[in-house]
Amino acid sequence: MNIRRLILSALLVASGATHALEFTQFQADKSTLQFVSKQMGVPVDGRFKKFSAALAFDPAKPAAATARLELDLASVDAGSADADGEVVGKPWFNVKLFPTATFVSTAIRPLGGDKFELAGKLTIKGKTQDVSAPFSFRQEGGKGGNAVFDGAFVLKRLDFGVGDGIWSDVSAVANEVQIKFHIVVAPTAAGK
Amino acid sequence: MHMTTTTNTPYSPPAIALHWLMAFLLIGLFSLGLYMHELPLSPDKLKLYSWHKWAGVTAFILVLLRLLWRLGHRPPPLPAAMPGWQKAASHGMHHLLYVLMVAIPLSGWLMSSAKGFQTVYFGVLPLPDLLGKDKELGELLQTVHKILNLSLAALVVAHVGAALKHHLVDRDDVLSRMLPFRKLRQKNSLARTPTPTQSRTPSR
Ligand code: HEM
Repeated sequence: MNIRRLILSALLVASGATHALEFTQFQADKSTLQFVSKQMGVPVDGRFKKFSAALAFDPAKPAAATARLELDLASVDAGSADADGEVVGKPWFNVKLFPTATFVSTAIRPLGGDKFELAGKLTIKGKTQDVSAPFSFRQEGGKGGNAVFDGAFVLKRLDFGVGDGIWSDVSAVANEVQIKFHIVVAPTAAGK
Repeated sequence: MHMTTTTNTPYSPPAIALHWLMAFLLIGLFSLGLYMHELPLSPDKLKLYSWHKWAGVTAFILVLLRLLWRLGHRPPPLPAAMPGWQKAASHGMHHLLYVLMVAIPLSGWLMSSAKGFQTVYFGVLPLPDLLGKDKELGELLQTVHKILNLSLAALVVAHVGAALKHHLVDRDDVLSRMLPFRKLRQKNSLARTPTPTQSRTPSR
């Protein structure tokens, strides 16, 4: 009877392990959120140092996955001290009034292989727009390794009123800003 | 007090063209550099910075062409009556001017790379970044760029002063031979032209 219980629980754990391969534990220190703006035709790299994410991704059921990102706009590194000071100000992010930007997923569509498309609503400076981005998924290491999501998309800053007034001159700073995300998520701890 | 010189041929037309083209370009670049640096960040500031960088790269190309030309074409000799120390000072000065004309745009290019702003010539031709992004190095190179520029400005003042002194005090051809529409004072300087009286009509 002892043996039977043991086998039963082993079976349960095993079946649980295959099912519970869901990635939910956001790894802030391993993830990056970068952007490339174009100033006078010159690409300039920037990033957000602080952002958080709440995700649930089960590779077996990608369509059921959800993602919600929140980024602290004041943590921006826009490429130079001058730009950092400028971009938090009123014409740009206006962080006093709008300290965070959020992204909430609405749909995740498999594109075949390890490629997916993420669609959702992005809110910056009180303005919400639909955005979508292709991304790839891979698992680091063996079983129990972290999930790594890499993706990129281009947004138009003026759709969100980012850089208005004199800065709406797109010949100086292009309207298109490329966003690159690298999100690392650990699987849900065993037992859940 | 007329100095007597035996030989005084003018500079070659390409040397004269490059000299004056660069003179105007460098004065413009210098003034623009000082002006733009003080501006608060704005789209105009970004544009001025780009123009400064494009014009600076142009100056760099011109000085390289000029050095190439200079290698094959020695300048005409200085008036024989000039004291030796003045000739030495003149040569030293001209060498230093060349060094600065090369070093200044180079320091600007390196500074831009170190600051993480690539130079894209006229917005189309990206120049390679010879240095990676490095904040401290960028600031150091900015200081280097500035000091080299202030040195150039001081040398240019001395250079112009010397040219004017030759022209107004010594009354020789040292300035005239670099002027695009020159009228040389020394008759014998035109010895190589067959009809000296007709060939140099004042064209101002
Ligand atoms: C012979 C050519 C050049 C001249 C005479 C020149 C002159 C100057 C001067 C006078 C300044 C102001 C310095 C200060 O007050 O800090 C300046 C700043 C600057 N120069 Fe140049 N420059 C030349 C070439 C270049 C080139 C080729 C580049 C880049 C490709 C460049 C990039 C810059 C930048 C980025 C600044 C602004 C530094 C700052 O305020 O952050 N320059 N230049």
